[in-house]
Amino acid sequence: MIELLGLTKHYGEKKAVEDLTFTVRPGKVTGFLGPNGAGKSTTMRMMLGLDKPTAGDVRIDGMHYRDLKEPLSYIGALLEAKSLHPGRTAYHHLLCLAQSNGLPERRIDEALEMVGLSAVARKRPRSFSLGMGQRLGIAAAMLGDPRILMFDEPVNGLDPEGIRWIRNLMKHLADEGRTVFVSSHLMSEMALTADHLVVIGRGRLMADTEMSDFISSNSRTYVRIRTPEPERMRDLLTSNGLTYVAAEDGSLEVEGDETARIGDLAAQWRLPLHELSPQRASLEDAFMRLTAETVEYHAHSGDQPETEQEPAERWGRGFPGRGGEGS
Amino acid sequence: MRHATRVLRSEWTKLRSVRATRWTLIAAVLITAGLSALICVFTRADFDNMSRRSQATFDATYVSFTGMGIGQLAMMAFGVLVVSAEYSTGMIRSSLSAVPQRGLFLVCKVAVATGLVFVVGQITGFGTFYLGQWLLGSHSVGITEPGVLRAVVGAGLYMTLIGLFAMGLTFVLRSPVVSFIVLMPFFFIVSGILSSVGATQKIAHYLPDQAGTTIMAVVPQTLDRPYGPWGGLLIMVGWTAAALVAGYFVLRERDA
Ligand SMILES: Nc1ncnc2c1ncn2[C@@H]1O[C@H](COP(=O)(O)OP(=O)(O)OP(=O)(O)O)[C@@H](O)[C@H]1O
Ligand SMILES: [Mg+2]
Repeated sequence: MIELLGLTKHYGEKKAVEDLTFTVRPGKVTGFLGPNGAGKSTTMRMMLGLDKPTAGDVRIDGMHYRDLKEPLSYIGALLEAKSLHPGRTAYHHLLCLAQSNGLPERRIDEALEMVGLSAVARKRPRSFSLGMGQRLGIAAAMLGDPRILMFDEPVNGLDPEGIRWIRNLMKHLADEGRTVFVSSHLMSEMALTADHLVVIGRGRLMADTEMSDFISSNSRTYVRIRTPEPERMRDLLTSNGLTYVAAEDGSLEVEGDETARIGDLAAQWRLPLHELSPQRASLEDAFMRLTAETVEYHAHSGDQPETEQEPAERWGRGFPGRGGEGS
Repeated sequence: MRHATRVLRSEWTKLRSVRATRWTLIAAVLITAGLSALICVFTRADFDNMSRRSQATFDATYVSFTGMGIGQLAMMAFGVLVVSAEYSTGMIRSSLSAVPQRGLFLVCKVAVATGLVFVVGQITGFGTFYLGQWLLGSHSVGITEPGVLRAVVGAGLYMTLIGLFAMGLTFVLRSPVVSFIVLMPFFFIVSGILSSVGATQKIAHYLPDQAGTTIMAVVPQTLDRPYGPWGGLLIMVGWTAAALVAGYFVLRERDA
């Protein structure tokens, strides 16, 4: 279990992390989501005692990281930035870490085997591909067989097979009762792996919720209609008490799951249809909406001024844009 | 204590598993011994042309260590690289995740590197001395003559302290480039300029290299210093301790 209490980090004027309080619990995968620059990596570095918090506290199973004598058997971490000497072989990299924590040498072979790097154990990471480097980082995290695992954007640089491997690994680790904390800026990735969700934007906590709750309260369903006679369709919808939204591309969107009823109505009134499809707003959209005002480095489309809002208000607001292909 | 032993072993593994360690140390030995030998050869050939005064105060031990002036560069490089590699590669994040007790981490890293540098320093000191004396022929001194053994062991200590000083400073500055930029002028330019001008000579006497080299002099007239050989070495120890303490505070306070 990891507990964050009012964790805050300022770099000079820059407020990278602001008053974060949440708990990462064992037995599930907790997704840590936020757009670029939200403060995910900074938070994780503070959890490992690498960066000093401006204020607040982190506890690992009730203890401070700096008081752990064998931290690698408590918590294993894969950080965002490369954390190894490219001129030291994979084996020796793991050996020096194992020795410092009094871990048996057999753990090195086991960890390398687990990530599929046994064949290159005696090679220097300088020659490794991005994915191999990532795997070595994961081997280092798994070295002490820790109860808590932390991964900062682990799928970075991995091929589809590697991505699936990571997903299964995280689920498997959580099933074994371990605490798994994984960051990402992709909601779709989290939807596949995470059981719990912590969302931050500009260093502030935006949401701390079960994944299933997030999905049910954020997946808007609607019906998309395309017709060469939109005027007649609008009248038809209105007269039947259906509310619609005209999308930018000329299609109409009707809230709810009314596909069958609209199809029947269209047939009854001999109205030609080019498209009639049930849609589901993607979780990615829900995430974007949640963090829209906090996104620091977004491509300016000039549609919305950046305004500071209370997280709760943003959390419950309706979604103004258009839906995607479902998730 | 068990904890410290584990960290020492880990640091030893780190040290021996990168190539830079080997090459900088080999360079330190070869440059020091090679250059010193060369100067001994020239000195022997030129001895008869020297003034009587110079001949009377000729310091065969000190001359056989002349190459140290350049050889210490490689030792500095070793000290800088041992520490800066942690930062430039990002290894520091793995290291401090594994050993979050930063004071212990620094002490163990420095201790292991010091042990290695001490051994290499002594090999260099004795090797350079015997090679030099052999080349000096009839002008040489024996190791049993007064002060000579002290100077030879001192040469190794001097090299060790150079390495330690560089490590401490690099814990403060982190970057290899910045560390070299600070070390170079300190040892070569500032030290040289200050000691060549009469008024500032007194200040220069207290710079680490100027003070430390007195340990290698046997004939009192070789260097004009207000302190003895051990006093000089002690001044250098002071500099080194200051650099390490500063390094410790920076490591403790700053984000990794
Ligand atoms: N050492 C530092 N000095 C100054 N500012 C920093 C430092 N580290 C991070 N920041 C700033 O803090 C903010 C949070 O950065 P952080 O890397 O934690 O974000 P992130 O959520 O991990 O983003 P990404 O998804 O891009 O990895 C950013 O605005 C960043 O510029
Ligand atoms: Mg990051």
